[in-house]
Amino acid sequence: MSLETTGDLPDLSELIACPNCDALHLERDVAPGDTAYCVRCHAVLEAPRKTAMTRIIMLALAALILMVAAIFFPFLELEAAGRMHRSSLLDTIMAFSNGLTAPLTLAMVALIVVLPSIRFIALIYVLAPMAAGYPPARHAEWAFRIADHLRPWAMAEVFIVGVAVALVKVAGMAHIFIGPAFWAFVALVIVTVLKDNFMSRLTLWKTLERRRAS
Amino acid sequence: MEDTGTTPGVLTAKAAGLVGCVQCGRVNPAGTTTCGRCGSQVSTRDETSLQRVWAWLFAGLVVYIPANIYPMLRTQILGQESNSTIYGGVVDLLHHGSYGVAAIVFIASIIIPVSKFIAIAYLALSINHRVKLSAHTRHKLYEVVEFIGRWSMIDVFVVAILSSLVQLDFAASINPGIAAVSFALSVSFTMLSAESFDARLIWDADGDDDHNG
Repeated sequence: MSLETTGDLPDLSELIACPNCDALHLERDVAPGDTAYCVRCHAVLEAPRKTAMTRIIMLALAALILMVAAIFFPFLELEAAGRMHRSSLLDTIMAFSNGLTAPLTLAMVALIVVLPSIRFIALIYVLAPMAAGYPPARHAEWAFRIADHLRPWAMAEVFIVGVAVALVKVAGMAHIFIGPAFWAFVALVIVTVLKDNFMSRLTLWKTLERRRAS
Repeated sequence: MEDTGTTPGVLTAKAAGLVGCVQCGRVNPAGTTTCGRCGSQVSTRDETSLQRVWAWLFAGLVVYIPANIYPMLRTQILGQESNSTIYGGVVDLLHHGSYGVAAIVFIASIIIPVSKFIAIAYLALSINHRVKLSAHTRHKLYEVVEFIGRWSMIDVFVVAILSSLVQLDFAASINPGIAAVSFALSVSFTMLSAESFDARLIWDADGDDDHNG
């Protein structure tokens, strides 16, 4: 429900401003499964889902475990003219480490491994105490802000499309063997997408505030 | 909910003299600088937003030039070295008959970056100039720009995977070229440019017309 004049302005805690267009709405509890949209720009305001918290924690944990698997198992193997070359995810990341392209190594580590992992850990840190019925952990607000800011920079799913393109490029000239780490990484991407679908930022912030107060 | 035009008579936090938080949606009293719910920095409107948008956008444009001139991949087959640029890579793929992959690379490394430059510049200009597209369409455009930017990184990842995979000594080896660095920088700079944009500015012209009229 939106407001039209300043005359009937209630207490500020009963208001919500659309993060995309600043339109004021009266705060109302949205039932789990329902979605609240902004009246002006139609962006999703709130989309609470039943047991969303537990599901996000489980999916983030699963993603972390898959990340460890993806790093240490063999990723891809190439065979051509009787020669074998095996490369792990780490080799892929280190591909830029020689010469002028060295700075890209840091960026690769960050985009593919570090930033996604930080997001998973931050989400678990924010949600796990609340899901278990405890008040939020110290600095939970800070951790959740970090997790949200990092969202566009965690590029696991972009990377996996890059792998697919590279495989097609090489497929003509050599035999490719796909290792377990590749599948771990594919699963990681699916888990990440599922997890982000359960997340409703505004709902989580409200929950965080309520639990902190009680 | 079906109304897709401008919605008259919507009160914004700014018009009510309050400060809305773009992170958590909380409405703070006038003059607040730190949100009471989530602790983010808040302001009625981000005054320096447009400056930062233009700065990052130009930085992105500048590094996009060497990204297209210098080689992205250095391929060595039986001692013969050949370099290929972004565009050259697409042409090679077409020659091999991989049309689908050529399309992905062409869209991700040429179409998306170029249309992103144009779209961000258009959105930034639309804040101070009258434009044809409605606030609604421009908001959609902004959402698309924000969503799609990171996908341009595909080509950088392709180069990394090829370079780590194809290392067969004399027979064949692939190494990254310097363009990979400038292309990655260009993508990052335009992502930062899009992030600096305060989307609420798109709606302000509309809102003011409704309220002052």
